Amino acid sequence: MLSWQDSGRRRGRLMTGIPYFPGCSLKDTASGFETSAQYVMEKLGMPLEELERWNCCGTVSSLTTDDLMHHLASVRNFVRVQDLGQSELVALCAMCYNTLARTAGRINTDAEERDKINQFMDREEDYEGNVQILHLLQVLKERVNWENLEAQVTHSLEGLKVACYYGCTLVRPKPVAIDDTEQPTIMDEALESVGAESIPFAFSTECCGTYQVVDRRDLSIEQSFRVLNSAARAGANVIATACPLCQHNLEEALREVGTKAELGSIQIVYFTELLAAALGMDLEELPEGIQQLLKQHAMVEGGA
Amino acid sequence: MSEEKLTQIYIMGKAYDVPTGITIMDAMEYAGYRFIRGAGCRSGFCGACGTVYRKDDDYQLEFALACQEMVEEGMHLTQLPFTPAPRSDYVLGELNPKENVLLQHYPAVARCVSCNTCTKACPQDIEVMDYVQAALRGDLEKVAELSFDCIQCGLCSMRCPADIKHYHVAQMARRLYSVTDSPEPEHLNARMQQMNDGAFDKEMDELMAMSLDGLKQRYAERVIEGKEEAS
Repeated sequence: MLSWQDSGRRRGRLMTGIPYFPGCSLKDTASGFETSAQYVMEKLGMPLEELERWNCCGTVSSLTTDDLMHHLASVRNFVRVQDLGQSELVALCAMCYNTLARTAGRINTDAEERDKINQFMDREEDYEGNVQILHLLQVLKERVNWENLEAQVTHSLEGLKVACYYGCTLVRPKPVAIDDTEQPTIMDEALESVGAESIPFAFSTECCGTYQVVDRRDLSIEQSFRVLNSAARAGANVIATACPLCQHNLEEALREVGTKAELGSIQIVYFTELLAAALGMDLEELPEGIQQLLKQHAMVEGGA
Repeated sequence: MSEEKLTQIYIMGKAYDVPTGITIMDAMEYAGYRFIRGAGCRSGFCGACGTVYRKDDDYQLEFALACQEMVEEGMHLTQLPFTPAPRSDYVLGELNPKENVLLQHYPAVARCVSCNTCTKACPQDIEVMDYVQAALRGDLEKVAELSFDCIQCGLCSMRCPADIKHYHVAQMARRLYSVTDSPEPEHLNARMQQMNDGAFDKEMDELMAMSLDGLKQRYAERVIEGKEEAS
């Protein structure tokens, strides 16, 4: 079996990193999620290599019975990975991960559906059904491993109390869960490896209110407030997320009720931003909230 | 006179023998149709004559510019379709390109399911779906670059199941890109300065004072750039 470097060369192109799917939000509102993840993976010697051509993952599966068309977007991305002679694709956004992984699980195993989609893409390359989807946390755990992550720490997050918020899409439905669906620990393990203290809290896998924010904002604020409250009461200084929509909804809720004393000065950040800070990323490149947080709680002296 | 080679085509289901090697537009005119709309420059630039056709015993709908595509044996032609594609109103200088304004003005972009039908419809071989995807993530430069050859024929939008107005989105992106991220055009600025300084006022006054016949003559005798030798 060829290694990924060899198989890339076989198709006439040398890949220097792992094929990576950013997703639309990471190019727009959630750019800090991407830049921090790229920094971390560079440091770990396993750079993320963005697909040259990619399209929206398709987001949110349709609820209609005949929903095959809604999986086409994901399949097109798999074809791009296949074109590179690769068989793995890393996602960062939890929603993208979920959509891509559910499509892969279905289309890779159902030859008839795969054939239907290939027939539809009649003038393009067929998808052969061999691409697997990984979330960055899985890559960190299984490929890098926690010891190697710990070895790269230059600015330990010791003193920082982190509530890891998984939400829905990393752990449900079960076939695509990156960890235990009820009590996941993979993000906690990552952040403990860089010195932070992980704070268990009851709402770590509750829904943030997701797209309800569009036309039932009150509902998503209420839902997200419960998450904030639960994390703050457990004693966290910061909530770590892996999803631009969770991040947005929690931030909205915090803005709405920000003056409530019981929430203290809790911050909401992407888990990769904390990892990047621990691995030496210039604090000036991280959101202001993180800078304050680390100066306040962790053993960081005014930046790298 | 030598025997002319003929190709059999169908227009609205009726068979016609037309000279081999002529374009769809010429063939329809040869058969007696007259274009009042849906024809323009006849050179593949204006985008007025986007059309669809089918080939014998083939379910595929094919797309072309009628003034560019040659007729083939067994081609089924029809009158040129047109789909209205409303354009969003905006004042370029009032937009904040830091936000994803494309999505605000054309929210249907977010409905793209990546079916790629737009790309298949494009007679200019533009990766239409790719630029719609770039628009979704607010990448003005990419949209501008990928859509550069667009001639606004509208076949993409006619075929889109998500009702996206691709070519209007692309035009807006190119405009935004040109006023924000692209480099300052030095030659244009220099020329504008010359005009403001009145460098061409004398020529302009001369033209304004000319009679209609004088203007027509001046137009007929003009030197076309690149054709100086021939004139």
